[in-house]
Amino acid sequence: MAGTLLMGAVAYDPKVVTIWDGFRDWFAAQGLAFDYVLYSNYERQVEALLAGHVHVAWNSPLAWVRAARMGPVTAVAMRDTDCDLTSVVVVRAGSGIESVADLTGLTVAVGAVDSPQATLIPLSYLRSLGVDDVKVQVHDIGVGKHGDHVGGERDAARALVSGAADAACMIDGNHLLFGVEGTMPAGSTRILAQTPPYDHCNFTVVAGAPADLVEQFRALLLGMSYDDPQVRPLLDLEGLKAWRDGRTSGYAQLERAVDEVGFYDAGGNVTAEDYRP
Amino acid sequence: MPVGQAVEVRGRAPELAVHLRAWCRAQGHRFDWPYVVRGSAAGAHRRGARAAGGRHAVAAHAPGHWGVAARGALVEAGGPDFPFALDDKDEVWTAAAAGIYRQAVASQWDPATAVDWDEPFELPAEVEAAVVQVMTYLIENENAALVVPARFLGQIHPHFREVVAVLAVQVADEARHVEVFTRRAELKGIPLGLSTAGGQASLLTLIEEPDFALAHFLLSVLGEGTFLSLLSFLERFAPDPVTRRVTHLALADEARHVAFGMAHMEAVLATDPTLHARLATAVRRRHDALASTAGLNAEVFDALVVLAAGAFTPAAIAEGFARVQALEADMDEGRRRRLAKLGFDPDEAAELAELHTRNFM
Ligand SMILES: [Fe+2]
Ligand SMILES: [Fe+2]
Repeated sequence: MAGTLLMGAVAYDPKVVTIWDGFRDWFAAQGLAFDYVLYSNYERQVEALLAGHVHVAWNSPLAWVRAARMGPVTAVAMRDTDCDLTSVVVVRAGSGIESVADLTGLTVAVGAVDSPQATLIPLSYLRSLGVDDVKVQVHDIGVGKHGDHVGGERDAARALVSGAADAACMIDGNHLLFGVEGTMPAGSTRILAQTPPYDHCNFTVVAGAPADLVEQFRALLLGMSYDDPQVRPLLDLEGLKAWRDGRTSGYAQLERAVDEVGFYDAGGNVTAEDYRP
Repeated sequence: MPVGQAVEVRGRAPELAVHLRAWCRAQGHRFDWPYVVRGSAAGAHRRGARAAGGRHAVAAHAPGHWGVAARGALVEAGGPDFPFALDDKDEVWTAAAAGIYRQAVASQWDPATAVDWDEPFELPAEVEAAVVQVMTYLIENENAALVVPARFLGQIHPHFREVVAVLAVQVADEARHVEVFTRRAELKGIPLGLSTAGGQASLLTLIEEPDFALAHFLLSVLGEGTFLSLLSFLERFAPDPVTRRVTHLALADEARHVAFGMAHMEAVLATDPTLHARLATAVRRRHDALASTAGLNAEVFDALVVLAAGAFTPAAIAEGFARVQALEADMDEGRRRRLAKLGFDPDEAAELAELHTRNFM
């Protein structure tokens, strides 16, 4: 496969095949030989990246954190929609819970155990506000897929509405979505807390990847225009309007969360208990 | 509002800032609370989009990427190509389509109420059997007349929607004809008649014709044209009120199908100078293909005689025979008249009228 840039992606949804087949064709038309390999979970993907099986991986933020602990890697590009996300902690409107301190001893519904946005980051944020004695109710859907599947967050929201939990954690965009789709009826819930902004996925390149191909890949991505009718369907599918240069300044909250719960150790070994991707 | 311009957002909803941040991210705007800075992605779907013709402008050619969009809609660039084989106006269009469609929609009838199925009558056994045999024959012809337009419906670009609409109603008409002829056939509980190999072979050549203009000519000008004579005959000599009513109802629909076929042919003949010769060839080819078959089956011919006789007596049968001979002359005359109207000279019209399938449709 000399001269071909190989990328790993996690098959969290059947549309992943449509997306990367589309990118593969488009890259080929631009003169870049590009192919992709699908993994069923991010842990396998990161291990394959560091072993050199692929040159670049489309990584979740948690996969980035692990890859960066395992070896020298760089983040070359990310979506505009990966920048400056926040998560919110939501309670029922009439619950009487007025501050995060009131959550002490109560049940907080979260997403999958490995979800940065619906579990790791918001729970870490609550701890930073002095709330570390809560009953965590995990809604595991797609373990190993680092919360890419929206189902865990939706189940957490349902648990809140039904009274099975006192609070629920979710990304800001899903809070908007769950209101629109009726999972959380308008006026039934209230936002108790919002985390500072953090970043999401990036293209992670392993040391030793062919630099010319990686640069061609990065330049083509950044040149994709939403005004181009050939490119627009691909960007719509992957959920972005423009690719941006990779930045690694938005992962500090997640790094802290990983350390607090011992999800990975300093060398990137999986140390979380009850985590079976 | 230009890209890069900021607008301040104010509101009372407690979630406003949270939701606005998520919304801006999804839309490609920059979030700078309480401002939204317009990004360049908004409106991208309209840039490069082109109108699929105009409200009153039927295009000469409907491109595949117009797809199933409404005529006049703004079609975003980069969409899929639809493989509509009949995408040139010259192949499908007639200005008469809109009027014929309006007339067709206004003339729809309900088999449940348009026919008094309970009206009492009793026919001699031989005459009832003749009616059932004729109905059996009509039903297979109606099935073929349903399948032919249905096959082309899915190939015509939806841009030519009036033409699609006429054919869609025509298919529904034929479904009703199948229904009412079936109900008449089954009315007295005797078994249905014979469907012959020759009759079906004739109808198969009709269904297999791949060219829209040729198929429409064979079906609607020659076949349904011939059926106008047949249905008038059946209405006139019907031995019972139900047969009279159902053939009357079908006749009105068929007259519209023939009118549409004639209008389509006149339009296509005006733009395609080779079509005259191809139509004539299609009639001759179909005749040759059917030369070895029996043509109209003897059961149908005899049934028409007995039906028109109204009684199973020598004198009545003689009268029925004369009526069927007059019917065949009337059919031939009708075909010649329609061919002449389409510009065939009298000799060729007579030759082609003669070569038309002996199975009538
Ligand atoms: Fe009919
Ligand atoms: Fe018809």
